[in-house]
Order: sequence, then C-alpha cells, then structure tokens
Amino acid sequence: MKILARVKNIDWGRTTVLGVPFVWLILFFLIPFLIIFKISVSEMQVSRVPFKDIVTYSDGALNLSLKLGNYVFLAQDSLYILTFISSLKYAFLTTLFCLLIGYPFALCMARAKPEHRATLMMLVILPFWTSFLLRIYAWKGILTSNGILNNALLSMGVINEPLALINTPFSLTLGMVYAYLPFMIFPLYNNLVKQDNRFIEAAMDLGATPWIAFWKVTFPLSMSGILAGSLLVFIPAVGEFVIPELLGGPDTLMIGRVLWDEMFSNNDWPMASSVAVVLILIVIVPFVILNHHQEKRGADGLA
Amino acid sequence: MKQSNWFSGSVLGMGYLFLYLPIITLVIFSFNESQMVTLWTGFSFKWYGELLKDEEILLATWLSLKIAFFTASASAILGAFAAFVLVRYKNFFGRPLFNGMITAPLVMPEIVIGLSLLLFMVSLQKATGWPQRGAMTIWVGHTLVGMAYATVSIRARLQELNLSLEEAAMNLGCRPGKVFLLITLPLIAQSIVSAWLLTFTVSLDDVILSAFLSGPGSTTLPLVVFSRARLGLNPEVNAIATVIILVVSIGVIAASVYMSRSEKKMQREMAEAYRDPSAVKK
Repeated sequence: MKILARVKNIDWGRTTVLGVPFVWLILFFLIPFLIIFKISVSEMQVSRVPFKDIVTYSDGALNLSLKLGNYVFLAQDSLYILTFISSLKYAFLTTLFCLLIGYPFALCMARAKPEHRATLMMLVILPFWTSFLLRIYAWKGILTSNGILNNALLSMGVINEPLALINTPFSLTLGMVYAYLPFMIFPLYNNLVKQDNRFIEAAMDLGATPWIAFWKVTFPLSMSGILAGSLLVFIPAVGEFVIPELLGGPDTLMIGRVLWDEMFSNNDWPMASSVAVVLILIVIVPFVILNHHQEKRGADGLA
Repeated sequence: MKQSNWFSGSVLGMGYLFLYLPIITLVIFSFNESQMVTLWTGFSFKWYGELLKDEEILLATWLSLKIAFFTASASAILGAFAAFVLVRYKNFFGRPLFNGMITAPLVMPEIVIGLSLLLFMVSLQKATGWPQRGAMTIWVGHTLVGMAYATVSIRARLQELNLSLEEAAMNLGCRPGKVFLLITLPLIAQSIVSAWLLTFTVSLDDVILSAFLSGPGSTTLPLVVFSRARLGLNPEVNAIATVIILVVSIGVIAASVYMSRSEKKMQREMAEAYRDPSAVKK
C-alpha cells in the first residue's frame, strides 16, 4: 500500500516534462559522446564494423585492452600538431575579425531608432536562415580564378591577370568570418540594446567626448556580450569542415578535414575518434565558460 | 549628430552588403544562359528546366523536406519541454548536466556530434541488429541539434512571461496541466512556431550530420549540393539555391509579419486585462 501511495504522489506532469528531454539527451548525446572515448582506444580491424571491442571474454578471463597508440601518434606526428595549431589560428582569426566587424555593426543597430531595430534585426536573421551551405558555395563563385570578382576587376582594368583568391588562407578566413558573423552580432546586440543610455549621458555631461564615453562606459559594460559572441564563434570554428573543404585549398590544414579523411578515406575509425577526443579537449574549457555564463545570464547569452 | 548618422549608416550599409552580396550573386547567375556559372552571357530559365529533369536533386529535395518536417516537429516539442524545465524547475538533480547537454549540440563542432552519433548507431546495430543507417538516423541527429535551437528560442520567451496570469488561474482552482494548456501554451505559441521554422531550415541545410548518418539511398539535398560544389561550380546548384532562398525568405518574412501583428494584438489584450485596478500589483 505504501508503494502505491508513493506512485500516486509522483507528479506525473513534472516527471514527463523533465524526463522526456533528459532521456533523449542522455541516449543521443551523452552515451554517443562517451562512445567516442571508447572507440578511440580500440583496435582497428578490417570489417563492416571497423573496430574491435575493448573488453573481451575468453578462457574464463575478462580482457580489457586499451590501445593508446593513436594518442602517442598524435602527440608525435608533426603534421597533426601543425594541423591543430593551424585550426586554432584560423578559429582565433575568425573570432577576431567577427568581433572587429560585428561590434560596430551591433552598436549601430542598437543605437538606431527603436522603430527601425526590428527590421534591422530581421535583415541579419534572414541570411542566417537561408542555407549556410549555399552561401558558402556562392563565395566560391565570387572568388574563383574566373569568378565574379576577378571578372569584374579585369573588365574594369584594375588588374591584368586574375588574382589567386580561392583556396588561400584569405578565402578560408573570409568564408568563416562570413558564416559566423551572426553568432557574434546576436549576443552583442542583445547586450548593447539593453544598456541604459543614462550612463552615456552622465559621462557626456561630465565632459567625456563620445569616444571616451564609449571606451569608459559602453565597452566595459558590453564585456559579457563580447565573451558570449567570441565563444559562440570560436568553439564551432575550431572544428569547421565544410568551409575549408569548399574555400580552403589543400594546404589549409584544419582538424575537421583530417577527422573526415581518417573516417571516410582511410576508414580508420579509432584514429578519427582520437582526433575527435583531442578536439573535444580543446573546446571543453571555452565550452564550460560559455555554459556557466549562459546559466548565469539565462537565455540572453545565446539568443 | 549629422556626422554620426552618416557614420552609422555606412557601417550598417557595408555590413548588410557583406551579408547579402553572395546571395545576390547566387540568384543573378542562376538566370545565366552559359554553362560557365560566373560569366554572364544572357538571361535564361534554362537551368530551372534542367532542375525539373534532374531526378537526383528532386528525390533528395523530397527526402530533405520530409526529414525537415519531422525534425522540426520533434524539436519544437522537445524544445518546449526542455525550456520549461530550465525556466521553471530551478532545482533538480542533474540540472548542470541537463543545461550542458542542451548547449553542447549548439556549439560543439558538428563533426564531433556526427561522429559520436555514427559510432553509437553502429555499436547499437552491432548489438541488436537495429537501426539501419538512413532517414531515421539522420532524423535523430537533426533533432538533437534542432532541439537545442528550439530550447534557446522558447526559453527566451518563457523567461519574460508574467507569472500573474498563471497564478490567477491556479487560485481559481485550475489544475497545473490545464493551466499549461490554457494559459502558458498560448502565450509561448509564437516562440514555438518560430522554433519550428528555425529547426526546419537548420535540418534542410545540414551537411555534416547527414553525411555521417545517411545510408545507401538516403541522400539529402545538402549532400547532393555539397558533392557537386566540391567538384566545382554547377548552374543547377544556383537554380535550386534560388528556389530555396525564395521559399525560405517568403516563409520567414510572412511568419515574422504575422507574429509581430499577433504580438501587438496580445499586448493590447494584456494591457486591457491589467487595467482593472485590483489586478495591478505595483
């Protein structure tokens, strides 16, 4: 009877609302995430399932075999180390340029007349909603050697022969900045638009020039927006695959591409998993900071 | 003051030019007659005609639309649940984990999520013989990411909700489940609709998760576009791109006009409701 009473006391509404997304996330996010670690230390084999179990049972003995060779290889191979450094470099450059372009843009949006702000925001959201893949493809058409930009410059007589724009560090960085710019603008705009104008007015009344008022008041107050935007750009940028594949040449080294090649060209799933584990270790610290920030600030930090 | 207007106008102008330039060129050159995508030779609808004959693209588009529909529906429901949990249940066991698992699919490099889900599906299949890779597994991957997007957008709305309406209903004897259906749900309905639309477009656009999770015969449109774009420029891709851009833009603009209108209507009604002095708290 006691058990029956307890079952009756469970708040079924609450349990469902909490349980359904929780179980979904554990099943399809947490468990798969842990499986990467498991596969990364398993032996490769040539078969439809190209990895061996790490725990085997034979002759009454339970054998646990952890192959750490992949990690040793990653730590010693200079190409892998260069790739990781190069990915960090491009992610950093992307974040920096997104901030340099996104900050003045978000500031101008936030300082626009209130009745215009919704439209200005809409105009940023619209390209963000239309296919990311197609917009990156479009840059390929603009930058390629017989592309739109080169044709325009040639016909205007600015240049005599086509510039090598595509498949360079320039085109890769441009594409990444283009794709991730909205992720910088949204949190910055949300921060800037909520700032109390009276602080600026007070600073100006006390004799500050607009420039000084900006650096002493607006900018320090926007730090949390800068932090959120930078993390939202940096974390996914480190592991970007599509943009380097379409706009970066074979020389632009990115972890995402290496992982993809290990997976689909070499069919070396354990190696791909090891690369993924290192990638996770790189982004875990910025991710924890973002998550903490976001929990503190509510959804403002992201949306 | 005049000078600063001029300055902010040019910053915004340049910014929008940067955001829209690729889209504009994509649309213009879809009407180009030439096989050479970037060299203008004359106006023509030729590539749209080719598109209708291209079975690979048509089949992939149909599959992508189906997956996007089911992804958006599942994401909106799961996202609404998760947003409700994060806003209303302040303390429960595992909240930091829950919060982390919501944010992770949003920012974690997609390639890691794709790999982890593939390894999970393959391990599961090895153990149980199920599932086969295909539309179903793609749907799971898309819904994982879509749910995160949906949660963020519904959560923002739920946070700014005034609790007094719900409290009033409770005081009048309404049960929690009914309060949710009659009061809370209509108030957050708009954010659920926009979450549905957003996750629909996210699913329609995804390359990486689809590449990891697709099986034979389940090629989505972005996979076709990506494999052609890797080889070079393709006028048919411009044509399908223009169709998608047109449909998404019309959808987004129509939805936002409709929503801002009903938002205004709701605010009027709320103002009306709170005018009774006894209902005003402050």
